[in-house]
Amino acid sequence: MVNIEINGKTIQAREGSMLIEAADEAGITIPRFCYHKKLSVAANCRMCLVEVEKAPKPMPACATPVTEGMKVFTKSGKALDAQRAVMEFLLINHPLDCPICDQGGECELQEMAMGYGQDISRFSEKKRVVKDKNIGPLISTDMTRCIHCTRCVRFGQELAGIRELGATGRGEHMEIGTFIEKSVDSEISGNVIDLCPVGALTSKPFRYSARPWELTEHDSIAPHDCLGSNIVIETRRSRVMRVLPKENESINEVWLSDRDRFSYESVNSDQRLLSPMIKVKDRWEETDWNTALEHVAARMNETIGQAGSELGTLVSPSATLEELYLAQKLSRGLGSHNVDHRLRQEDFRDQDIAPVFPYLGQPISELETLDAALLIGSNIRKEQPLAALRLRKAVLNGARLMVVNPIDYDFNFPLSIKEIGSTSAMVHHLAGIAKSLLHLTGEQAPEGLDNLLVNVDSNDNHLAIAEHLKSSEKASVLLGNLCQASDRFADLRALAGLIAQLSGSRLGYLSEGANASGAWLSGAVPHRGCAGQTLAEGGLNAMEMMASPRKAYFLVGIEPELDMNQPAQATRALQQAELVVALSVFDSPALRDQADVLLPVTPFTETSGTYVNVAGQWQSFNGAVESPGEARPAWKVLRVLGNFFKLDGFDYLSSEQVRDEIRQQCEGIEADALSPWRCPDSVANDDGLSRIGETPMYAIDGLTRRATALQQTRDAVDAAVYMNPAQAASLGLQDGNQVTVRQGGEMAELPVCFDERIPERNVYIPTGLAATATLGAGFGPVELHKNI
Amino acid sequence: MTAESKIELLTSESRAEIDRWVAKYPEEWKQSASMAALRIAQEQNGGWLTNDLMDAVAEYLDMDPIAVYEVASFYSMYELEPVGRHKISVCTNISCQLCGADDVVSHLKKRLGIDLGETTADGRITLKEVECLGACGGAPMFQIGRDYHENLTPEKIDELLEKLD
Ligand code: SF4
Ligand code: FES
Ligand code: FES
Repeated sequence: MVNIEINGKTIQAREGSMLIEAADEAGITIPRFCYHKKLSVAANCRMCLVEVEKAPKPMPACATPVTEGMKVFTKSGKALDAQRAVMEFLLINHPLDCPICDQGGECELQEMAMGYGQDISRFSEKKRVVKDKNIGPLISTDMTRCIHCTRCVRFGQELAGIRELGATGRGEHMEIGTFIEKSVDSEISGNVIDLCPVGALTSKPFRYSARPWELTEHDSIAPHDCLGSNIVIETRRSRVMRVLPKENESINEVWLSDRDRFSYESVNSDQRLLSPMIKVKDRWEETDWNTALEHVAARMNETIGQAGSELGTLVSPSATLEELYLAQKLSRGLGSHNVDHRLRQEDFRDQDIAPVFPYLGQPISELETLDAALLIGSNIRKEQPLAALRLRKAVLNGARLMVVNPIDYDFNFPLSIKEIGSTSAMVHHLAGIAKSLLHLTGEQAPEGLDNLLVNVDSNDNHLAIAEHLKSSEKASVLLGNLCQASDRFADLRALAGLIAQLSGSRLGYLSEGANASGAWLSGAVPHRGCAGQTLAEGGLNAMEMMASPRKAYFLVGIEPELDMNQPAQATRALQQAELVVALSVFDSPALRDQADVLLPVTPFTETSGTYVNVAGQWQSFNGAVESPGEARPAWKVLRVLGNFFKLDGFDYLSSEQVRDEIRQQCEGIEADALSPWRCPDSVANDDGLSRIGETPMYAIDGLTRRATALQQTRDAVDAAVYMNPAQAASLGLQDGNQVTVRQGGEMAELPVCFDERIPERNVYIPTGLAATATLGAGFGPVELHKNI
Repeated sequence: MTAESKIELLTSESRAEIDRWVAKYPEEWKQSASMAALRIAQEQNGGWLTNDLMDAVAEYLDMDPIAVYEVASFYSMYELEPVGRHKISVCTNISCQLCGADDVVSHLKKRLGIDLGETTADGRITLKEVECLGACGGAPMFQIGRDYHENLTPEKIDELLEKLD
């Protein structure tokens, strides 16, 4: 620490820190444009000039390191003169048209100009005009307003890892842009809107729809990935106008993924379900809540009678803790343990030894301090964009990142080692790594593994991965969404656990949806109750509920043909069920086809609730706007349904009461991602043509699927059969050919699309899309027939 | 879905020459050769750079394409549009200006019938205004192709123009 003095006030500052940081910490404001605490120092705007004792000229506070005894004046005549002069220069080329600028009211330049600018411009020459660029559906540009602070450029280079924006040209002709006509495609691109201090980069969906001072802010939690990024929902009257990040160093820092930022568009969609509806003789009739709930209770009792197990309940993994808890409580109250949130899961073999919740194994912020990490079945950039940002930081600091993945994903940081192959190849690779580790440590193989390892040859990569994990002080083995959805989840999990143990690494999950942790903790699984308590008797899991159809179903916040692992089977099961009650935010033809009662519920913006993130942080939030029509928070609907069924313990007055009841039961739970050993059934790498069923990042839930701007980005993947050209050639197929895809009895017709990232013997056919909703499991054997 | 490689757009001679430049810098600073590489690519293409060629340079030097566009658009010796067989770069910076660069420019304009930044209809000569070329001692001056011509007078200019094919 060094002692410095700013404006006569003595403060202590970290050695090596810049003056502006010390001042910020002490609450002394120094004007700035190019400086941003999360970006490198560019020192190009000069707005932060201050007077430093003994220095002949004013110094830029963002690029002047503190030194012992330094005396700084931020408001002296000399400092103010310098700041005013810089301001005048900045305004020379900046248009003075704040009334028609979308940034007006929240513009750093506007604010500074009020503080440091003159009333009258001495500049009467011609101003510079720069052509606007089209950089995609999310960001609007008004490049004449750009003040060349290069924050957006540095963000691309330093954080997003793809440098798409740059400063081309020179002097008067310098322009910020992509140079060629091109969209900015990063999954976290929206952050440049917040970073841009002026109105050069603004939000396209929000553009010209409101002024900041008309908006009311509501703190909330983002509902799409397992991090639970902190957000501010900004509303005007009862409409959500936009979503911005809220700083939380332990989770999202100051950033937000595009998915969390722009998905709000769908809460204002005209596809909202606005009133309870009952299907009467194939016709849908609107009704009131009382009639609807009475109808549900009567019909349910009639349909399942005493046979509770005839009921199946499926809840979205992005539902709130309270919704998940009440859904399972209702189901169990009606005598059914058939309740699940693991809609995309395919392999349930080892569910009995699963951890109490899918824990990251560490606080989120520690991802950036890792020395080595092995990612298994994860497209982390698209699944948890801000976790990827943390890992990227670790890698830039010298960490080794290694992957075992079914697709050769494009990471925005260098990978040390990658093994790409089908899920059975992935199991085989993990077995190879485990074998190397057994060899390195001299440990005994756990029960049953010896026999399997006889036929495994560990290659150099396996050995290197083993060595890196073992020799690193802080290493982690992370299981991604694809791993957890895959047909070999149990085997991958077992081997990953073993690898973590043998190498002294931490095992961690990157779980699906926003609240998989909350789902496990609240008991929204068939074999465990709240707080992971083991049940004497379990129920059917999500897949079994569809494979052996039930008479009645509750669907909470899901669209089965898009959200479930076996969409065709799910559709059939629901169509033939006697009673399907869907609590849904949206109305859709598919739901009308599958359900018998539709109950309008609210999205995250209109309900109070809690999400538990992958690091075990409980985060509660309140509704930001009134719900349209008759829509009600799902927790209230479930609670009142409990009353209609005359069940005990459904008398909550608030969602907080529900949460506290869960919290109490979860008291004392130790987060631990490791499971006891369960020997894989096989580690052979011998499958034929198999499907990889990744869910594209903007198809993961009803909200993102309806977010118009996100659907126009490049990450909105088209339905197709993606395969590498060599694979296609061996099947006699060409790019663009139409093929019939068969999985057992299920089929779909799709075009072939070449994609070099797909390994041989595999095809990538996305899930979560209407055109693939007639197919079977996300992972497993698949046949292709060329259409003539 | 990886984009097609454009490296082949650089001839093997160009690539060999770029390699010579790459070798001058530490291995992890390949991008240091970007200026030389752009010049080589430009020469290979009759004096100007296409977007594809810049992409090829980026790929060859492991750079983001935008970083190459930045370099190419910053320096005035890179041409991003077709140029004539000969390029006359007239310095109009301070020393030259004081010594009559304006006259040089107007003389050239009259003789060639084109404005600054234009190319004669027969594709023979491109006229270009540039900043100080570091030959202030011989102001006013211009450069034809790679050669400097100093202490210019209308007569001298005419003579030089005569000699161009
Ligand atoms: S566009 Fe905005 S963030 Fe980017 S350089 Fe210009 S002013 Fe700065
Ligand atoms: S903030 Fe210091 S120079 Fe821009
Ligand atoms: S000013 Fe013309 S060469 Fe320097």
